[in-house]
Amino acid sequence: MARVLGLNGNAAAAQAMRQINPHVVAAYPITPQTDCVERFAEFVSEGLVDTEFVTVESEHSALSACIGAAVAGGRVITATSSQGLALMWEMLYIAASMRLPIVMMVVNRALSGNINIHCDHSDTMGARDAGWIQLFSENAQEVYDNMIQAVKVAEDMRVRLPVMVTQDGFIISHAVERVEMLEDEEVRIFVGSYKPLYPLLDVRNPVTYGPLDLFDYYFEHKRSEIEAVDNCLPVIEEVAEAFGKLSGRKYGLVEEYRLEDAEYAVVALGSTCGTAKEAIDSLRDRGRRVGLLKIRCFRPFPREAVVQALAPRKGIVVLDRSVTLGGFGGPVFTEVRSALYDLPVRPLVIDFYYGLGGRDIYVEDIEHAFARIEEVVRKGHVDQYIDYLGLRE
Amino acid sequence: MSRLKSWKELPMGGLILEAGNARTYKTGDWRTERPQLDKAKCINCFFCWAYCPDASVVVDADKGTMEGFDYDHCKGCGICASVCPKQAITMIPER
Repeated sequence: MARVLGLNGNAAAAQAMRQINPHVVAAYPITPQTDCVERFAEFVSEGLVDTEFVTVESEHSALSACIGAAVAGGRVITATSSQGLALMWEMLYIAASMRLPIVMMVVNRALSGNINIHCDHSDTMGARDAGWIQLFSENAQEVYDNMIQAVKVAEDMRVRLPVMVTQDGFIISHAVERVEMLEDEEVRIFVGSYKPLYPLLDVRNPVTYGPLDLFDYYFEHKRSEIEAVDNCLPVIEEVAEAFGKLSGRKYGLVEEYRLEDAEYAVVALGSTCGTAKEAIDSLRDRGRRVGLLKIRCFRPFPREAVVQALAPRKGIVVLDRSVTLGGFGGPVFTEVRSALYDLPVRPLVIDFYYGLGGRDIYVEDIEHAFARIEEVVRKGHVDQYIDYLGLRE
Repeated sequence: MSRLKSWKELPMGGLILEAGNARTYKTGDWRTERPQLDKAKCINCFFCWAYCPDASVVVDADKGTMEGFDYDHCKGCGICASVCPKQAITMIPER
């Protein structure tokens, strides 16, 4: 039986962590993630979990402790934001290349400078090439659901990779919403007991993690890591289906919203998808054929699903909540546009930077973006690839 | 040198699953010159054995004789040839 609670995104993540009951959590507080780890620390002090909770002096140490615990053979979770994720940088790649199934909840927050505590995706987008699976959440319910699925995906023997579950800072992390929770027992059975692979605590079978790896083998090891990351898409779908049977909530690599007969589509990640749905409903009422492609799984990038969903459209608007300074558009734009390259008839694609440093995005902004792409398609060519929403000129 | 494995043959995560496998790593293939011993000139003084930084001079301790080199690990530094009082060791370019 499901329980319905009023939870913000941080609390939803903390509740999921309580039900998952990991062996080790090592984390360092950072706004806006602090709330999540504080709540989890309460569960630890109340004896509601068996977790060894490691308080550390930095995020670099947090992920280092997590890596140590994971190679020892434990189920491990951490959480961070923004500068904290940036400080974890070198350990991110190490966790992934050692194939450690660590789960990390990231509350998306802008990177300095200037210093800012509000939402954009520059922190996780900066980590997109590190070898972590990245699942974006639209609301607190999805944070809860993604955390539970993340454990199952990470630990699958065909995957064994770390997973980031993201939520938009303050917009999701601090807004109380209706969240439907599974029973503790249901989660316990769903995630199953942890099966360690090559644990260092198995002293009768010693192995070496992270040896010096030079020009003779480093490339081969990277090649097998590429294969591992690419191969986990079907597992993410499989886990989503099993979770759907348990919870009644359907997940995929992407979510299509009123896209079937749409001529124009907006592509977005995270909480903005909720705003986009509102804008689409309103435009549909006025007879416009518009829809949304929400990307839930950004890494690995679900190329086939994206192409299938976007191929029949005339024009596409990509919304990027992080900038690629000096690049040709934001990270979502470059992925989406590149994925569509081989189509015999390619839709026209434009990019909008928006929401940096927590700048609000409104229904009217998305309506404006649709108006822009309709104009581009009318003209038959793109005159400006990268534009801005909600920016004072 | 043992055959280099393809990426499909490797344990996941760059792990090394067996202990003490450094012994299978033949550092001798870094060498550009190999030492060659002229037994006729050698007086078994063991200078080469004492100076070799890689413990790659092979001697028979019971017989007290210099026997040659461990080419799996000799990196061809030439110290043995340099310290030999009888010029019994010459350095020959590797092919």
